Amino acid sequence: MAEVLVLVEHSGGDVKKVTGELLTMARQFGEPAAVWVGNGAADGQPRLAEYGAAKVYVADGADYTGYVTGPEADVLAALVEQTSPVAVLVASTGQNKEVAGRLAIKTDSGMLCDAVGLVSADGRLVAEQSVFGGSTIVHSAVRTGTPIVTVRPNSVAAEPAPAAAELHRLDLTVSEAAKGARVTEKIVQETGERPELAEAAIVVSGGRGVGSADGFEVIEKLADSLGAAVGASRAVTDAGWYPHKFQVGQTGTTVSPQLYLAVGISGAIQHRAGMQTSKTIIAVNKDPEAPIFELADFGVVGDLFQVVPQLMEDIQKRSGN
Amino acid sequence: MNIVVCVKQVPDTWAERKLRPGDATLDRESVDGLINELDEYAIEEALQLKEKHEGEVTVLTMGPAKATESIRKALSMGADKAVHLLDDALAGSDVLQTSYALAQVLGQIGFDLVVVGAESTDARMGSMAAMLAERLGVPQLSLASKVEIDGSSVTIHRQSEDGFWKVAGQLPAVISVVEKINEPRYPSFKGIMAAKKKPMQVMSCVDAGIDPSLVGLANASTEVVDFAERPPRQAGTIVKDEGDGGSKAAEFLVAQKFI
Ligand SMILES: Cc1cc2nc3c(=O)[nH]c(=O)nc-3n(C[C@H](O)[C@H](O)[C@H](O)COP(=O)(O)OP(=O)(O)OC[C@H]3O[C@@H](n4cnc5c(N)ncnc54)[C@H](O)[C@@H]3O)c2cc1C
Ligand SMILES: Nc1ncnc2c1ncn2[C@@H]1O[C@H](COP(=O)(O)O)[C@@H](O)[C@H]1O
Repeated sequence: MAEVLVLVEHSGGDVKKVTGELLTMARQFGEPAAVWVGNGAADGQPRLAEYGAAKVYVADGADYTGYVTGPEADVLAALVEQTSPVAVLVASTGQNKEVAGRLAIKTDSGMLCDAVGLVSADGRLVAEQSVFGGSTIVHSAVRTGTPIVTVRPNSVAAEPAPAAAELHRLDLTVSEAAKGARVTEKIVQETGERPELAEAAIVVSGGRGVGSADGFEVIEKLADSLGAAVGASRAVTDAGWYPHKFQVGQTGTTVSPQLYLAVGISGAIQHRAGMQTSKTIIAVNKDPEAPIFELADFGVVGDLFQVVPQLMEDIQKRSGN
Repeated sequence: MNIVVCVKQVPDTWAERKLRPGDATLDRESVDGLINELDEYAIEEALQLKEKHEGEVTVLTMGPAKATESIRKALSMGADKAVHLLDDALAGSDVLQTSYALAQVLGQIGFDLVVVGAESTDARMGSMAAMLAERLGVPQLSLASKVEIDGSSVTIHRQSEDGFWKVAGQLPAVISVVEKINEPRYPSFKGIMAAKKKPMQVMSCVDAGIDPSLVGLANASTEVVDFAERPPRQAGTIVKDEGDGGSKAAEFLVAQKFI
């Protein structure tokens, strides 16, 4: 059976949730083969086995951790050449869209960005995309080469399907051209215990309405009561009330959770672009005219400092303690 | 330093954007065009780099005749000259083809630094810098929230999922910018007047050495199979807080089985 290549998202040997989703998706179209670029594959191997990777191609060593997108694209291009896969699936992150772009050029292939679903129709892969801030649904397919698809996290539910996940170490050298941009330092801002923003099933986001950095605490507390990730509007990250990596929107992270709570956020188009495909949306805002209410499945017009504490109290009551 | 900024004209995000039923391309005629938001940040960064390191800023736009509006605006912000790649053969090009066409022009006009926006509001592909770097064989210094140039060395802060990376490379290079990087200036009256006299070169595919059989809708690497406007979201329930708003939200969460 032909392979479907899945680029693994990992950090410190841990495999991210989205990789399980992509392996689940891949299974429908061929034999899932994970591609691990960087160190720590042996630690992540059991996870990949659990989610159905028949093989794990591994490219590790210094050349694979110290450069921007070039090495990933080189490895995938070599594998496309060697294995003629049905498709290459990568999680839709800023970094991976770039990898996909370079890979598309190297392999003369079409690339489909930000898929929220993938089906096989008339013998080819068709991706579902949600464009123009979610107002239009597009189905598209590639016309040349191997479909290279960037898939949004939370597009499908990851389902275990044990497989061998046999490690295959690749004997490749990274081209000089791929080493043009050298990473000299990685500065990681800690997320703590909370789920990761892009992958979380529930996201609670706060906007300028929280009033101050201290005010933002109410958002963190609400998130914790729901086991949710914390997000923020640009107004909040600009003001320095919360770090930029939590920004949701056009120039922040795109999220597509089961539940999105927008608290004290007006719903500017750039914010909506990053959360509009959330399955259920709740808004709390004191202005009844705030555009966020146009999207909300449930909205409360009121002061967030009244509404949110009461909501938390009720959540705590109902969750049985 | 010879800096080229790639500027794209996009439909106003507040206007209703639609795909045309016939060929599923974006209806660019019926809505007002303006400069892709992030490209204003790209222009600003180019201008600031020029102010620090001297040189010249060229605006490069591929797009229909209407895109001259955006070129004028870029010139009025302070760019020195413009190149407009204008050819009917380019209509409907996808991102791969656009990167090919822009790379051909860049090869012709030469550059030390290419500056692009991290993504456009209409296509949202977010890979132009990577694609141009790949095609031109130069370093990809993308998603920059900060750029520093020292001689021929460029260092940036690259926005990442979990923080940022410090990344270094050598000129010539391609950078893409995120909106944290600066605050774009408004064109001054003087700038607007001066823009009218600045050189604007129009190039066709032939001029730029672009093979017309590789660009345009008919030769695109992807195709739209079908599309539909999403039915407007069902109007939600909006309640006014009468001292029970939080509880009502909690009831909704229970009804939806979130708690
Ligand atoms: C190039 C570009 C990129 C951008 N990218 C992004 C992006 O990625 N993400 C993003 O979010 N924005 C982005 N923006 C900014 C965007 O345009 C908005 O400015 C921003 O989203 C506004 O944030 P906000 O909703 O928190 O603030 P505001 O628009 O000021 O809204 C605050 C809301 O809080 C409400 N409020 C105030 N007090 C209370 C209270 N006590 N209780 C309840 N409600 C209250 C108000 O009624 C108001 O609706 C971008 C802009 C540009 C130009
Ligand atoms: N037609 C075009 N003309 C000039 N620059 C473009 C064009 N299309 C894209 N770009 C550049 O590429 C960036 C990313 O656009 P996109 O690939 O559409 O997300 C934009 O911010 C521009 O800098």
